[in-house]
Amino acid sequence: MSTAELTLAPRRVAGIGLRLFRSEVGLTFRRRRNQALLVLLGAVPVLVGIALRLTAKPGNNDGPNLINQVAGNGVFLSVGALFFVLPLILPLAIAVVSGDSIAGEASTGTLRYLLAVPAGRTRLLMVKYATSVTFCVASVATIAATALVTGFILFPVGPVTLLSGSTVSLAAGLGRLGLIGLYVAACVACLAAIGLAISTMTDSPIAAITATAVLPVTCEVIDAVPQLSAVHPYLFTHWWFSYDDLLRDPMVTQNVTRGLLTFLAYTLIFGSVAWARFTTKDITC
Amino acid sequence: MTTTAEAGASVEASPLPPGDHAIATRGLTKRFSGGQLAVDDLNLAVPRGSVFGFLGPNGSGKTTTIRMLLGLVGPTAGSHELLGVRMPEGWATALPKVGSLIEGPAFHPHLSGLANLYRCDAADRTADPRTSRERIGAALERVGLTAAAGKRYKAYSLGMKQRLGIAAAMLGPRELLILDEPTNGLDPQGTREVRTLVREIAAEGTTVFVSSHLLAEIEQVCSHVAVMRAGRLVAQSSIEELRDGSGTRIRVETPDTDDATSVLTALGLADVRGDDGEVSAELGVLAPESICAEMVGKGVAVRGLAVMRPSLEDVFVQLTGEGFDVNG
Repeated sequence: MSTAELTLAPRRVAGIGLRLFRSEVGLTFRRRRNQALLVLLGAVPVLVGIALRLTAKPGNNDGPNLINQVAGNGVFLSVGALFFVLPLILPLAIAVVSGDSIAGEASTGTLRYLLAVPAGRTRLLMVKYATSVTFCVASVATIAATALVTGFILFPVGPVTLLSGSTVSLAAGLGRLGLIGLYVAACVACLAAIGLAISTMTDSPIAAITATAVLPVTCEVIDAVPQLSAVHPYLFTHWWFSYDDLLRDPMVTQNVTRGLLTFLAYTLIFGSVAWARFTTKDITC
Repeated sequence: MTTTAEAGASVEASPLPPGDHAIATRGLTKRFSGGQLAVDDLNLAVPRGSVFGFLGPNGSGKTTTIRMLLGLVGPTAGSHELLGVRMPEGWATALPKVGSLIEGPAFHPHLSGLANLYRCDAADRTADPRTSRERIGAALERVGLTAAAGKRYKAYSLGMKQRLGIAAAMLGPRELLILDEPTNGLDPQGTREVRTLVREIAAEGTTVFVSSHLLAEIEQVCSHVAVMRAGRLVAQSSIEELRDGSGTRIRVETPDTDDATSVLTALGLADVRGDDGEVSAELGVLAPESICAEMVGKGVAVRGLAVMRPSLEDVFVQLTGEGFDVNG
């Protein structure tokens, strides 16, 4: 054993996996399918902005509703765009990336090689989740960025009138927008944890993606049935639209905090499920 | 070390200390949740520095065994060590020193061969990123893929994919290389190249564990072999011991068939068969030259004399009681 070891080049002290994370992020963002998803998400605010620009009547901006808000101030296009993508398109994009994370590697057969290298099961799982969360942040940032650009081009921009009626400076308004972006990213990062757990249970990426995509829609349906109001606070989607509380003065944080705790609980539970499943699974494909 | 056993009987664990084995398994068993017994009470002992042929027909449990060795599949019973490290607990210590090709190559189809190797290297947290370009270049060179490194994996031919898989197994300095059917999909030229490669790697001191259902493809490079049949190990030993242990014969060409027969019989050789112009017998412990001298002394005209070792294929048919798919 000693002679064989002497012939080996000195090995690096085991890293925590930043290199694998970088490789994973590169793989995810270079993938055409994921690029198409980002383009689709980025196109939503442009389409919404153009539609509002064409239909908005100047001077009719006294109501609190979003459309009039956008017509009065382009900054609100970001909020509007997030409102449009959050029920379906954004969760779908996150479902594609997170559902594919483990099952996709399994179906191409690369999972067995990653583990034999060895990447380490726990470490691989954490890198996969970190990559999905990165994609969540990138998705929200893409929407917010194209919405801001579109809003600045198509609509007047100035100090931001909040939902509670008071007005803050443009910079403070953009700060609020940043908080909303982070909250929405947390909404879908929780979905990504569910997607990761589902992804460890099948070798078929399509099955994992579909199951992950169907879940928030189902929750939203249940959330819309008043007779089931007892379970509503436990649905992760129930808190998804609480972000408008961040547009009040002073900020109402009660629902947002409750939402973040719910997301954290979901993430921990499904993260544990993913870990328990993946670290004991027989890799037979 | 020779531990050949009847099918059904368990093979004795080797008496060598575990540190001298690249792979050592004790009673390794895998029953899948469907109830299928894929591997049954396997005791493998792969000496360090050997080229170990792991043979058996398709479906005999070779790949499941390899997956268990690498910690991809958990055994139902039994234990094993890789490079003296207990698995699967010691995966972080053992696996970086093991290169593997498991049930065919698998890479991301939309990435180039080069990008795929970078990804494999990034997954190994003990690999030094400063030397990765150099190591990847060397591995590509070794399998003759340097020119095609920039091509997308999905545009590769079957043989090129197989070569890339072997390159990925050799990205770092390895003490053990586990190659599952490395010649699958290769043409005769490619098969020869793999054999040459295995010889070179072994000459550098790396233990090579190579599985195949094609006996002829690996017979020439192996120092040791084990044979699986229906999930059980039916033979395990060095090639020489395996051959010597079973029926090496001496064949004499002579016009004096009867005289030669009586000389061989008088020498105490077993299974003497006389035929038209040719006499043969089991060689046993006698030196062929003394038999020749004896015959010439008794006035037998010897026209030719040959020692005939049975082919491994014959040995396996003998051992397993049945032939297996030696030609694929």
